[in-house]
Amino acid sequence: MNEQPSFREELERLEAVVRQLERDDLDIDRALELFEDGVRRLKRARTLLTESELRVKRVAAEAEEPDV
Amino acid sequence: MGGLDLFAAAGPASAEGAWTVAQVTARARALLEAGFTRVWVRGEVTGFKAYRSGHWYFTLRDAQAQVRCVMWRTDNRGAAAPADGTQVFVEVQPTVWEERGEFRLTVRALIPTNAGGLWQLRLEQAKAALARDGLLDPARKRPLPAYPDCIAVITSPDGAALRDILSVFGRRWPAVEVLVVPARVQGESAERELCAALTAVNGLPADLVIVGRGGGSREDLWVFNSERVARAVARVRVPTISAVGHETDISLTDLVADHRAATPSAAAEAAVPDRGAALEGLDSFARRLAGGLVGRVALARERLDRTGDRLIGAMGARMERATARVERLAGALDALSPLRVLQRGYAVARGADGTVLRRREQFTAGLRFRLTLQDGEVPARVAERS
Repeated sequence: MNEQPSFREELERLEAVVRQLERDDLDIDRALELFEDGVRRLKRARTLLTESELRVKRVAAEAEEPDV
Repeated sequence: MGGLDLFAAAGPASAEGAWTVAQVTARARALLEAGFTRVWVRGEVTGFKAYRSGHWYFTLRDAQAQVRCVMWRTDNRGAAAPADGTQVFVEVQPTVWEERGEFRLTVRALIPTNAGGLWQLRLEQAKAALARDGLLDPARKRPLPAYPDCIAVITSPDGAALRDILSVFGRRWPAVEVLVVPARVQGESAERELCAALTAVNGLPADLVIVGRGGGSREDLWVFNSERVARAVARVRVPTISAVGHETDISLTDLVADHRAATPSAAAEAAVPDRGAALEGLDSFARRLAGGLVGRVALARERLDRTGDRLIGAMGARMERATARVERLAGALDALSPLRVLQRGYAVARGADGTVLRRREQFTAGLRFRLTLQDGEVPARVAERS
């Protein structure tokens, strides 16, 4: 497994960012930080969807497979 | 028979207190009925007779013994009458027919062993056992994860099922890791291998498990009716999809799994979202991000305007820097977003539920929809169709 956040994680954080950004009591610097973070995550989520290649791994069910 | 204690330890020991025939047969019947719960019996039907009343009478026999049977109209309704010589399974309550002093079986259910009857019987028994343990309870069914990161697929590594599943994942949602846990899906070792694989997935980082195979004969698919396999499915810690390629029958694993799919491809479709739809979802986040920021900046400017002259110098410089940063970022967002396309004069049409309308046939006469332009939305309606 890689250490990069998954699409689901990016989406969850993106959602949190947007929700915060839409709140009224936010100062402009914080808003900019959130916006930057959101754009980064948006970009990565998009890349995950458009450039990912399916990773397929074979896992043996038993330690010793008798006759394969 | 008033006052007779049917369960007295012993009957009268001398001629003096002698029971009547009715008393001894009543006692025999009570003892027999109390001594047996319902049992399944296998035997050959002979001397079958269906009476006008609708009740069936026949003898069940094997090489060593025979017994008279009755199946009441209420129990045989809808069942096909067995021909003499048919091997059957019957679920019975043994009893004594007092009028004749005859040992008899009252038949509640009858299944011929031909036409898959033997299998059917095992299936019914397994299903009953699973139901007793609450494993068929619809309340057990868990929702599938919206965006799975890692999916375990238990099937034959060289079957068409695996190819179909991987092809759907590749098309719809390649941002997923697939762990293939190979298991034979028919033949003698299939039950053991499927159980081993279903146990093994509990040690893997998968957040969804698909178990299944492509279509085949009833015999080929039978392992998915194994009680052991069904119980192993029920023990999987994450949501499960059962995908056994059949159109009409339902297998035990279908009943136990959280989700049932008619084919492996359908299972894969259910397992992952569609990336086209997800990209549209991201577009809406892009719009909200931009909208949120614009709102913040407008608010800041307003506050600044209200602030006294003293502050303008300090705040103005900060504001300019912020504005430059916003413009730079908006450019970055723009490049990601369909907004730029809209600025060139294109519009996006969306249905009432927000789905993008792409094809002519989606615009039925009278349909209300919304057009997204570069600066907002307008409601629209299809006046007529040429």
